[in-house]
Amino acid sequence: MARSGETGVGGEDRRGTKRKSLADAPREDSEDGAAGSGAPEQPRPAAFPPGFSISEIKNKQRRHFMFVRWKQQQRKEKLAAKKKLKKEREALGDKAPPKPVPKTIENQRVYDETIVDPNDEEVAYDEATDEFASHFNRQTSPKILITTSDRPRGRTVRFCEQLSTVIPNSHVYYRRGLALKRIIPQCISRDFTDLIVINEDRKIPNGLVLSHLPHGPTAHFRMSSVRLRKEIKRKGKEPTQHSPEVILNNFTTRLGHSIGRMFASLFPHDPQFIGRQVATFHNQRDYIFFRFHRYLFKSEKKVGIQELGPRFTLKLRSLQKGTFDSKYGEYEWVHKPREMDTSRRKFHL
Amino acid sequence: MVGKQTFPYSLTPPWKSPGGSIMAASARWNHVWVGSETGILKGVNLVRKQAVNFTEAAGRPSREEEVSALCWADAAESQILIGCANRTVKSFSTEEGKFLKSRCCPGGEGTFRGLAKHDGCLITCVESGILRVWPEDSSEHIKELSVGPSVCKMRQDPDRPHIVATGGKENSLKVWDLQGSSQEPIFRAKNVRNDWLNLRVPIWDQDIQFLPDSQKIVTCTGHHQVRVYDLASPQRRPVLEATYGEYPLMAMTLTPGGNSVVVGNTHGQLAEIDIRQGRLVCCLKGLAGSVRGLQCHPTQPILASCGLDRVLRVHRLREPRGLEHKVYLKSRLNCLLLSGRDNWEDEPQEPAPGPPEETETDELWASLEPVVSAAGAKRKQRAPEAQPGGKKRQSLGAQAPLPPLCK
Repeated sequence: MARSGETGVGGEDRRGTKRKSLADAPREDSEDGAAGSGAPEQPRPAAFPPGFSISEIKNKQRRHFMFVRWKQQQRKEKLAAKKKLKKEREALGDKAPPKPVPKTIENQRVYDETIVDPNDEEVAYDEATDEFASHFNRQTSPKILITTSDRPRGRTVRFCEQLSTVIPNSHVYYRRGLALKRIIPQCISRDFTDLIVINEDRKIPNGLVLSHLPHGPTAHFRMSSVRLRKEIKRKGKEPTQHSPEVILNNFTTRLGHSIGRMFASLFPHDPQFIGRQVATFHNQRDYIFFRFHRYLFKSEKKVGIQELGPRFTLKLRSLQKGTFDSKYGEYEWVHKPREMDTSRRKFHL
Repeated sequence: MVGKQTFPYSLTPPWKSPGGSIMAASARWNHVWVGSETGILKGVNLVRKQAVNFTEAAGRPSREEEVSALCWADAAESQILIGCANRTVKSFSTEEGKFLKSRCCPGGEGTFRGLAKHDGCLITCVESGILRVWPEDSSEHIKELSVGPSVCKMRQDPDRPHIVATGGKENSLKVWDLQGSSQEPIFRAKNVRNDWLNLRVPIWDQDIQFLPDSQKIVTCTGHHQVRVYDLASPQRRPVLEATYGEYPLMAMTLTPGGNSVVVGNTHGQLAEIDIRQGRLVCCLKGLAGSVRGLQCHPTQPILASCGLDRVLRVHRLREPRGLEHKVYLKSRLNCLLLSGRDNWEDEPQEPAPGPPEETETDELWASLEPVVSAAGAKRKQRAPEAQPGGKKRQSLGAQAPLPPLCK
């Protein structure tokens, strides 16, 4: 057996190292298997030359063993340090220093100069007179056209139907191989305010083009993690016809504001609170999570929510000024991975 | 969710924007003037790292006055002419930092596509193709030319100010002489030959530049081509054609040296193209949106670019190539003017306010001792100052606003 075989020369190393820690006074290196310290001697504490690291042991089994032992030691030390800290905190009681806040990527986010200051007049004017102003001034009410890329498969079709139950006043049309640039003037003449195109690839929806219609911006998103209603666990009944409330989380930068306003202009301006439905667009680390819930206040502080409706994740790829024209349109923001994704702590939305 | 604010000083220094306040004395030292879609003219000082907004007397931004064209009114760069979307041309003085006058230039439809000043007259060209020459103090134009529909750009030759060039979508490059009285251009470009499928190549001239010291004109098109025309040669077709990228080229500028041009497209890609060989020299990165304005300094390799992503960037073209300044300016930027002066860094320091003169009140303050709790300290301090302080206090007794502090 390997173990018994090692008792001859190397075994005492292991035995020796088992009993003593590594930080012993250096002695003759017994790792080379020198037969100097022979079996009849007392197993001496194994000593290592300074600057020795476990990775220098060539024998995999021994190396693994040493590593496991080192790890256990580290864990013990860490646990001991934690216990000590906890005891100190309890001893100090109220005078204990506040707990240090753990670093997260959101905490460490690189400061973005485009983050909108709520008191900023220029940005407020810019937003008050942009393409969505007519929706927020209640001059137009949204009417959405939902369509897909050509020849959609079952999953995409079902997703579009569910999306149209979630967004009030929306209509699903089959795309009969028509060019978007031809569809758009027809939509404008029929008073549609927004166009949603779900792009499909290999039977799953993977892209979303959202175009605000009279001359508004067009946003192109990559869609992932699409879950239809039947795939959602513990879901409620079908969404009703009431207009939902809209929650937009964490759209802080100027670009985020534009996208947030774009999402908000999909829904009617006055939500019907009787329906108790809420659509949430939550932005975190440049990914936008869409969820649709029904809520119920059980008491003043407790609320129960039920997830209805589809759920999906979006990532913005480009925002183009003007209606859909990917070739000749002017882009307000284009995602360039090699230039913009260099830092893990920098986000744009 | 803003984490700790870090300012890497080399690239993005903290920019202060005293919005609305007119910094009259320092307006002349601004390096870049940018016009935005909200009608605000912004002056940016790169050395002091400040960006200032200038609006007309009303002080409110207004989208009807969206700035569509900017040009210097004179070679000394003391006045700027601003063409707005409501067909007014305003003049702004950089010395004083305020708007001087505005005039309305009706005729034709669309926004201004070119502004120029020649011989005391203002030359304007609008999108529908009406080019008019307006004298200084009259509201009637003295000359009118019809350039053709859908004009994208009109540019004046800096060496010969009576020559202008116009071009647009399906409107080929035409060069006009304003001194003559004819309604025909002196040069009309011809379209290139049909392509390899024998289809007509569409025309879409987006920006025009005159090459200095020669009779050549460079244009960039919406079909990602850069073309050079030579007026001296009998050939009306372009002499050189180079392509870059797959997106329409929106703006173009000449580099110092005259060998190359820098173009920007709707995806925010900037490229320097050598026009003698027709090849790409380098690309500059950083922009995220469509490039609307580009200008290079006449002698130094400094390039200013602005676009729809609301940021003004200043790049350095060589030794070392890269981004130097980046300023976030909150509104979509339409056009810019880079000051061509050479003393970029040297800016005379404003005379520091002289040491305030010693007035009698100051002496009174100096004589009053600080209130100290220990009596001994007070007595020590009082001894040397009692006499002069006392006298002063008597003279100012009626005026001293505060009760005497020492007992």
